[in-house]
Amino acid sequence: MEILKNSLIILTTSIGLVFIVVTAVGLIRLPDVYSRTHAASKSATLGVMFILLGVFLHFWLIKDEVNTRLLLGIAFLFMTGPVGGHVIGRAAYLSGVPMWKHSVKDDLGPYLKEQKKAHRQSID
Amino acid sequence: MMIFFWISLVIISLAIAAFIYRVIVGPTIPDRVVALDTIGVALICMIGLISILADTSFYLDIILLLAILAFIGTVAFSKFLEKGVIIERDRNSKE
Repeated sequence: MEILKNSLIILTTSIGLVFIVVTAVGLIRLPDVYSRTHAASKSATLGVMFILLGVFLHFWLIKDEVNTRLLLGIAFLFMTGPVGGHVIGRAAYLSGVPMWKHSVKDDLGPYLKEQKKAHRQSID
Repeated sequence: MMIFFWISLVIISLAIAAFIYRVIVGPTIPDRVVALDTIGVALICMIGLISILADTSFYLDIILLLAILAFIGTVAFSKFLEKGVIIERDRNSKE
């Protein structure tokens, strides 16, 4: 039984570790801000959720105390991690950070230009 | 068991070194903000593992606190990048 508990904790924690390492590799190797935001927000959020799940299981199964703050932290990270990634990607696009030079399609650019033109006409 | 947690602490600190490389090198400001946000997330992992190693659950408040602070910092900085101000004045008020 002890071995089962320990292996469950080690399994969840090492899945989280793999995701954190993937985040580090992605942040170093990917070419532009948007793909780096993609790597950082998703895999870092999943990694920290798995590691906190491992910590929660450790305190629950071995120390025999159920820690609600950890569950609250997991839920909060699950909500705010992708939102943070979205917000910073949007700020990067609107402040004019260029995309990667090999990217093929930019859907938001013509739409923004059109909207800016309509706004200017409504002022005049 | 404790050896495993020490090894995972070392791996997370190497990942934080990679994020610091992106903070220093990163060609634009949003790169640096993304990397700093991710450093906050990795610090949360470190605090969880350290609270296992120190055999106490008093550190677990800091996890929630750090998650909230990292999110507020990212949102404030991206709003500053997007609009130039963080807290806008009301346009209709007579001041």
